[in-house]
Amino acid sequence: MSLKRPMSLFRPRRGPDPSILAEHRALIEEIDRRKLLRGAVSLGALSMLTGCNIAEQPQVQSVLRAVSSFNDRVQEAIFDPNKLAPTYSVDQVVKPPRFNAYYEIENVRPVDVSGWKLELAGLVADKRPWTLDQIYALPEQEEIIKHICVEGWDYIGQWSGPNLRQFLTRVGADLSAKYVAFHGNDDYLEVIDMPSALHPQTILATKYAGEPIADPFGYPLRLRTAVKLGFKNPKWIRAIEVTNVYQEGFWEKQGFNWFSGL
Amino acid sequence: MNTSRKMHPLAIRMMHWTNAIAMIIMIMSGWKIYNDEVIFGFLHFPDAVTLGPWAQHGLQWHFFGMWILALNGLAYLAYGFLSGRFRRLLWPIRPREVIGEALAALRFRLPHADLTQYNAVQKTLYVGVMTVIVLQVITGLAIWKPVQFAGLTALFGGFQGARLVHFFGMTAICLFLVVHVALALLVPRTLLAMFTGGPRLDEAAAAPTHASHS
Repeated sequence: MSLKRPMSLFRPRRGPDPSILAEHRALIEEIDRRKLLRGAVSLGALSMLTGCNIAEQPQVQSVLRAVSSFNDRVQEAIFDPNKLAPTYSVDQVVKPPRFNAYYEIENVRPVDVSGWKLELAGLVADKRPWTLDQIYALPEQEEIIKHICVEGWDYIGQWSGPNLRQFLTRVGADLSAKYVAFHGNDDYLEVIDMPSALHPQTILATKYAGEPIADPFGYPLRLRTAVKLGFKNPKWIRAIEVTNVYQEGFWEKQGFNWFSGL
Repeated sequence: MNTSRKMHPLAIRMMHWTNAIAMIIMIMSGWKIYNDEVIFGFLHFPDAVTLGPWAQHGLQWHFFGMWILALNGLAYLAYGFLSGRFRRLLWPIRPREVIGEALAALRFRLPHADLTQYNAVQKTLYVGVMTVIVLQVITGLAIWKPVQFAGLTALFGGFQGARLVHFFGMTAICLFLVVHVALALLVPRTLLAMFTGGPRLDEAAAAPTHASHS
């Protein structure tokens, strides 16, 4: 069927995005299939050229990071402190666990435990540091849970160590504070929200599959929580800080989502 | 009935192009995320067609685009159902017609006399892609929140299963896009109609065939 007023067809009163029409008016007015096809291809090529860098432009980064912060709030709202992550059986446990850090496994600097003590900082009543033997003496909780990496891989691991909620309670931490920050021996900082820190499946892991955690995986102490992505589980912890000050960890500074809850 | 109503009302056109932009953001950023841990060893997406220099930027774009896709999609579905547009354009789908018209289309013999009526192949493709997009949102949630929505994730065979279904959903949408864009370019009036609104419905009403449903 024929269309009335063909010229007006190219001048919508209000189009979805007037700039698209304006930029391609000449093209559209001389429309034929070949030109349309060519136009579509060159538009695609344009987006490819800009695609590499567009996320790094400061204005774009500020919008994307603002949405990421909004997504933190949404995840906080979704988070159910009583919802337990699925657990698995011993025969599904992967040994050894999969290594991941911001450097290669050869560059891991093992922690010298002879002088090692766990330091406590911030909103904690009893800041006396803890020796490894004192930590080993605490009641142990074992959990066989999935480690899910932000990259998309996962594995089932068997972790044990003191429950973080019990530990924080014992040292008189302010459980109404907003954050718990973990300072790693490798200058790796990670921070989690207090509700996730108090989740029943959040532990200070000292053992993997019943043995002390091997050096590459966080010996002598690391965080294992079933409710966060892998990078929110810092290894080689040397200090725990309870705070109301918002801090970005190693990966968040590079643009990863802060909450990163599962 | 408003006699001046166009085939694609302004709201539909805006939602269509918003969805197009959101979907391109989701696909290109999704490819960037995929590249960080590929599912199939032989398949990496070239940097030229991915969004963001690094994986975290792909993630930023993906979790930005999801809001546009989901909110726009909800508005589109609500409009489609409440206005009767879906009932008028997409219903009924008769398998016999789908097969017959698909064969005709492959021989480039599909009639397009009346833009305001969709043929059976179009109906199938549009209903199909809408279903896949809804499924993408669901598998997306299963991947994003495998603990909070553990039941949903389990439905797809766990985290990796949900990832795989999410990947195949993307593949289906890309296949749809190829067919959709190719057909729109072959029959440019249909593409123009998505900018201008297309023929007015009162004109189309003069055409005899208006599929009825029981």
